[in-house]
Amino acid sequence: MGMTHIVDRRLNGKNKSAVNRERFLRRYRHHIKKAVSDAVHRRSITDIERGENVSIPSRDIDEPIFHHGQGGKREMVHPGNQEFVAGDSIPKPQGGGGQGQGQGQASPDGEGMDEFAFQITQEEFLDFLFDDLELPNLARKKLKDTEAFKYVRSGFTTQGVPAKLDVVRSLRGAHARRLGLAGARRKKIREMEEQLADLKSAPDDLDAAFSHKDQIEALESEIARLKANVRRIPFIDEIDLRFRQHQKQPKPATSAVMFCLMDVSGSMTQMHKDIAKRFFILLYLFLQKNYKKIDVVFIRHHTSAKEVDEEEFFYSRETGGTIVSSALKLMHKIIESRYSPTEWNIYAAQASDGDNWNDDSPVCSKILADSILPLVQYYAYVEITPQDHQMLWYEYEKIMERFPQSFAMQQIADAGEIYPVFRQLFERKAA
Amino acid sequence: MTDIADRPNAPDSDQPRASEPISTSSEWTFDLIRQYDEEIAKCAAEFHLDTYPNQVEVISAEQMMDAYSSVGMPVGYHHWSFGKQFLSTSKGYQRGQMGLAYEIVINSNPCIAYLMEENTLPMQALVIAHACYGHNSFFKGNYLFQTWTDASAIIDYLVFARHYVAECEERYGVDAVEEILDSCHALMNYGVDRYKRPAPISAVEEQRRQQEREEYQQRRINDLWRTIPRPDGDEDAVSLKKRYPEDPQENILYFIEKNAPLLETWQREIVRIVRKLAQYFYPQRQTQVMNEGWATFWHYTLLHRMYDKGLVNDGFMLEFLQSHSAVVYQPPFNSPWYSGINPYTLGFSMFTDLRRICENPTDEDREWFPDYAGSDWLETLHFAMKNFKDESFIQQFLSPKVMRDLKLFSIENDDQEDHYTVTAIHDDPGYRPLREKLARQYNLSYREPNIQVWNVDVRGDRSLTLRHIPVDRVPLGQETEEVLRHVHRLWGFDVHLESVDDGTVVEEYHCPPPVVDDQSSGAH
Repeated sequence: MGMTHIVDRRLNGKNKSAVNRERFLRRYRHHIKKAVSDAVHRRSITDIERGENVSIPSRDIDEPIFHHGQGGKREMVHPGNQEFVAGDSIPKPQGGGGQGQGQGQASPDGEGMDEFAFQITQEEFLDFLFDDLELPNLARKKLKDTEAFKYVRSGFTTQGVPAKLDVVRSLRGAHARRLGLAGARRKKIREMEEQLADLKSAPDDLDAAFSHKDQIEALESEIARLKANVRRIPFIDEIDLRFRQHQKQPKPATSAVMFCLMDVSGSMTQMHKDIAKRFFILLYLFLQKNYKKIDVVFIRHHTSAKEVDEEEFFYSRETGGTIVSSALKLMHKIIESRYSPTEWNIYAAQASDGDNWNDDSPVCSKILADSILPLVQYYAYVEITPQDHQMLWYEYEKIMERFPQSFAMQQIADAGEIYPVFRQLFERKAA
Repeated sequence: MTDIADRPNAPDSDQPRASEPISTSSEWTFDLIRQYDEEIAKCAAEFHLDTYPNQVEVISAEQMMDAYSSVGMPVGYHHWSFGKQFLSTSKGYQRGQMGLAYEIVINSNPCIAYLMEENTLPMQALVIAHACYGHNSFFKGNYLFQTWTDASAIIDYLVFARHYVAECEERYGVDAVEEILDSCHALMNYGVDRYKRPAPISAVEEQRRQQEREEYQQRRINDLWRTIPRPDGDEDAVSLKKRYPEDPQENILYFIEKNAPLLETWQREIVRIVRKLAQYFYPQRQTQVMNEGWATFWHYTLLHRMYDKGLVNDGFMLEFLQSHSAVVYQPPFNSPWYSGINPYTLGFSMFTDLRRICENPTDEDREWFPDYAGSDWLETLHFAMKNFKDESFIQQFLSPKVMRDLKLFSIENDDQEDHYTVTAIHDDPGYRPLREKLARQYNLSYREPNIQVWNVDVRGDRSLTLRHIPVDRVPLGQETEEVLRHVHRLWGFDVHLESVDDGTVVEEYHCPPPVVDDQSSGAH
């Protein structure tokens, strides 16, 4: 006794359960994916800053063990008797199995006991979202790190990797060092050489006692020694090395505007729109990583285009034909009036099932090439259809050839194919 | 309980209250914790509490949730079920529905107890008294813990288990390991030797023996499953009639570990790990009332002793008593908060009353407890703590007074009747039956269905038959089929489970389910 050892464990880090938590999420990924998928449907594309509540039916996560069932004869001792005496009989409640002895517990907050509810974090939410999109880890990470940095030069340092060696600086340092270390000796050498020259030029005294010979020899050997010393000073030494130093700095905040263009004609089903929505979310995440301020403009069109809010964009139904150029024209108009390309980075994503009036497709192509692509950073077109392409696709293919830097297009048949389009976008932009 | 001046069972205050209180603020510091611990230790020594050395760990709320979710194991292998536990703990905590663990203490040597940093100083003192001196002395003194657990080896063993499981995950994949663990967890309650004392667990020994086991086990199992008939026909006929195992086996996990035909060596090792942990937790499951009652009795007694010595002031005691009464609150059966008998209440009432029986016996006590009434209370309490488990402790020491105080009564629910019957209450004719019924309620083999390994069809289809012996016709629960699937996964061949009541099979379960003929399957 008296041998108590008191330890402060608070700094040991919490998250000891992180692996177990991850194991749980992994085991129930299907349930969680569904919840995430429902949430995507429900949430705004800009609303990705928080996690999500997930409920799983309790029976699905039960850990079964052998236990007594209902029935048979059972006796239980309870506390708090008020008026019972031995032999009393109490009618069983009708209807149920007649168990009712403290087995079933009421839920304190009215939440169904048959649901196991928990929260996933924003990061986990995105993970499951990306999972659905088959987003590889590298891209995932890029998307989740919302803080973006760039490296800026910040002077020089004496340590670093060879790749960052600054040759001029290093040599300048070496030169100074050589001067510093050798200067005094060189001066001495110069003095002695002068002396030596004087001695040599003077006629030598024949008298051995007054001969300069010894003096000359002494001077010569001293000069040789000093010169050797100076030679031993390295041309460049480790301490001369200078490396360029870089510091992480948050990327300057700039603004971006993201145009979402979507065909809402009758042929676009809700499934098409949901796929488009995921694509737009990805684009938004990507932009969020790079820009502090992002505006999102929603343009929907059938035969005519209209700027709408998100709700109307994704969830109202229209019928009728399709004239894509109407949306492009409207986009151009909005850029001109509100988003000057000198102040805004402009991105656009267009989703469609590929349907367009054939006469209109060359018009689209012309508007894109002449008025839009010169103004935007990037324009992505996704065609959500498992079927054969129509006129619009072939027109856009020509655009892609002409503007490989700022135009990408891809066909998507289901959600899993959204990512390839994206990869193009990333590869180019990350370089 | 809140009136400090009028404490019926507080220790004698024969000493003058000379000292200054250790502290007056409710903020704790490490230095204060040390001082309190020293003083509590002195008080504990006065009462002959024999403990393992203590290791007090101050942790944050998040860390407490971590500790909570790993069933109190300071190191554990990874499993989704602990993650599930964590999620529900943290949810409850964030919503403020649940105060966090009052204390977590680990039966190890040194005995590890967690203090949460959010606690006030009186709470820290309470937890130290409760865990470091109450539970700790129980772990060290109670016969079940002495017999079944090895406090000095458990941490090493847990580390061994964690590494082993992690290694298996790396080699065979997380899913494969998870499957085995799921199945073992389903049978964890049937992974203990109830009567036979197991070999003590030691990590070093485990590692050493693991190699040997790998070699020998397979050979042994091959022997068991040799299908070549023996030359001697007569002997064969005899052995055909014999069951294997000859006697029913209660430790199903042990039987599987040793006999399952298809398990890989690493899978057997995992079965073994879960079995060993089940065995380690087994005494705790059998002594919940005693253990909590003992710890509660001692935090109450030790802190009152501190008060008597003048080491803590009235403010401290008020805060302490408020927590204490919350802990020992027993909602009545008809309260919405009722969820069975509170083990803290029952245990605390019993130890407190046992002390009273020793110190101030009534005629009733002398009649009921002739051996203890008037005896040295400290000796008697230590005796009770050391030599009993919940079932026998209640059978031996539950007094009429406690039954009256808690107003205990028993109700019979017979599915063949349309009403419940009150079979006994806290009155003269009721005391004995009530005590027996309550004791039985804490008997694990009554709480859990009695299921044992009955037979293996060694020479036939290798099927495993388990036998369930129902008590009072109580059938098996709804998850039985589910559990049987886990048994099947471990066993690898057909598994049958029959409920046999008085020689008659009353219910059968099969995994895989028996193939029904076309006609009847068409009806489904």
